[in-house]
Amino acid sequence: MPLTDQTAAECRDLAARYPDGRSALLPMLHVVQSEEGMINSAAIEMCADVLGLTTAEVTAVATFYTMYRQKSPGGTHHIGVCTNTLCGLLGGDAVFAALSERLDVGSGETTPDGKFTLERIECQAACTHAPVMTVDWEYFDCTTIADAIRTIEALAADEMVVATRGPAVRGWRATERTVAGIDDGLADEARCVDAIMLAGLEVAKEKGMTAPDPGKGA
Amino acid sequence: MPLTPVITAHWDDPHSYTLDSYRRHGGYTALAQALKTDPDEVIATVKESGLRGRGGAGFPTGLKWSFVPQNDGRPHYLVVNGDESEPGACKDIPIMLANPHALIEGIVITCWAIRASHAFIYIRGEVPMPIRRMQKSVAEARAAGYLGKNILGSGLDLEIVVHGGAGAYICGEETALLDSLEGRRGQPRLKPPFPAVAGLYASPTVVNNVETISSVPYIIKNGVSWYREMGTEKSPGFKVWAVSGHVTRPGIYEAPLGITMGELLDYAGGIRDGRDVKFWLPGGSSVPMLTADHLDTPMTYEAIVDAGSMLGTGTPMLFDETTSVVKAITRWLEFYRHESCGKCTPCREGTYWITGTLEKFQEGRGSQDEIEDLVEICNQIMGRSFCALGDAAATPYAPSLALFRSEWEAALTQPADEAFDPAATMIIPSMSGVGA
Ligand SMILES: Cc1cc2nc3c(=O)[nH]c(=O)nc-3n(C[C@H](O)[C@H](O)[C@H](O)COP(=O)(O)O)c2cc1C
Ligand code: SF4
Ligand code: FES
Repeated sequence: MPLTDQTAAECRDLAARYPDGRSALLPMLHVVQSEEGMINSAAIEMCADVLGLTTAEVTAVATFYTMYRQKSPGGTHHIGVCTNTLCGLLGGDAVFAALSERLDVGSGETTPDGKFTLERIECQAACTHAPVMTVDWEYFDCTTIADAIRTIEALAADEMVVATRGPAVRGWRATERTVAGIDDGLADEARCVDAIMLAGLEVAKEKGMTAPDPGKGA
Repeated sequence: MPLTPVITAHWDDPHSYTLDSYRRHGGYTALAQALKTDPDEVIATVKESGLRGRGGAGFPTGLKWSFVPQNDGRPHYLVVNGDESEPGACKDIPIMLANPHALIEGIVITCWAIRASHAFIYIRGEVPMPIRRMQKSVAEARAAGYLGKNILGSGLDLEIVVHGGAGAYICGEETALLDSLEGRRGQPRLKPPFPAVAGLYASPTVVNNVETISSVPYIIKNGVSWYREMGTEKSPGFKVWAVSGHVTRPGIYEAPLGITMGELLDYAGGIRDGRDVKFWLPGGSSVPMLTADHLDTPMTYEAIVDAGSMLGTGTPMLFDETTSVVKAITRWLEFYRHESCGKCTPCREGTYWITGTLEKFQEGRGSQDEIEDLVEICNQIMGRSFCALGDAAATPYAPSLALFRSEWEAALTQPADEAFDPAATMIIPSMSGVGA
């Protein structure tokens, strides 16, 4: 998809949110990446153009961050498996290995049909929900090998797949726009407060435990 | 010590994240109260409360706010650190998902106190859900008059921008975060000047963690003496603990500082299958590991330091006897190698060397000399790096050697996966379909 005037307009809107437009560079790179599937020269030029930067300046930034793809476009769906210590040892390594075998690609690679990009990812701030997998960066918590394979098969068959704490997945490029800060209307799609997040509150209620009574202390 | 749900108290409301639910439970009353109070007095209250930063370093929050110069004629900024990328840390994103308005109310109160009219919430880019939820909540708050011009008639104008990152652990370091938020490579800045004097756009800036700021409304509403009924003199108040690993019921448990790991572990149902804890880390991978000997240590900033570790993010990870120490440490170092920003040599080269050596041990090809050499290399990095990531990378190995030397010695010849069956460490079936 070529970058359009509309993309440029969106980038300018993002820049206008900040006291200094350059602050919008990361969000802008997400937007152009969602169009191009990667950060290519057209993407770099558009950002440079909108912000009045050199392409070298924009490239230096784009290459620093792991979410920007430099070499090849990402697949329709990004599949992440957390293989940091906690998730990895508790099951993430095995989940990754199973997906890698099933999709016949290694970390960072895209299947020949362009459907999936598989990646080992770092701690996803969900260790209480280990092992953690992501599809298009939405949480697929407490996954198993069987769950992960089922998810892949459903996506391959273009079935609707819903995150555990998040909405139905829409493809990696759509998420890139969300991360850029462009409203996708999905903030209330899912509650995203699950039993694991409520574990302590449940115990407290069971045992009748509360914080001190404010009336008393004040 | 009992659990004390405060930030988490109403998360079981099916719509806990909405403005309606938040207000039904007394939300935004602290704001009305604060806006009628002199900003300096708000700072004084937070100082007296003893609230300490929940991002890892435990710096006193009120003191940090008081460093912002006043009447300097320059714009001031509040930047909320929602980068949460420390391995083991998983509390800020739940707070943003379940109780976003506590964070927003905290932001407005903080901006009143430090006289800022622009705030930013920097959320790591790999988690879209809190980004969309915070954005929606900011819009709700604006529509209700808690943001925008002349908030509740106070004269305070305030806008909040929700900003997504793009994948880089180092951007959690406050000065790297500021560079990133300015649209640059996220590399740490030389300190001083500290952000309170020259931060975002070289203007006075307060950087605080999500949990820190989310605690503020409750302190303002319920008062300092209420807050100090919980915790200790040096570590007062409540804390959102995220307990993960080989525990029966991993999850979020809110309790005062000073609760012990043993007590938290009891609430979480103990180690799975009645096993024993082998090692645990009080708050992220950047703090030294402890063992069962420290389950009775109060989880305060001071007592955990005395025990030889650090409270860090207060998100304990626990591992049972099925876990290979060699493998755990190697994996964490691979993380630091990957995340080193490359700005300074000790960290860039050091993480590369340590990790390469550790990987040999993991494969059962370590050497006796290297067991000691690694301590030396870590010492070379410690204190000589430009930022705390280098120190963090130099931290895990030595305590693991002190506690589990025999395991490192076994790794001279035996691969970690032979010494410890990976399937036994897992909490899920090791084969697809079987029993799944
Ligand atoms: C490598 C590194 C990563 C960090 N990551 C985070 C983070 O994700 N969130 C956070 O609040 N603080 C993080 N910090 C600490 C921040 O630099 C800073 O101390 C903190 O945001 C201040 O807020 P507080 O006083 O409320 O804790 C990190 C520090 C380092 C050195
Ligand atoms: S210590 Fe590491 S992360 Fe910090 S500035 Fe140096 S190279 Fe970068
Ligand atoms: S280690 Fe996987 S989410 Fe933290």
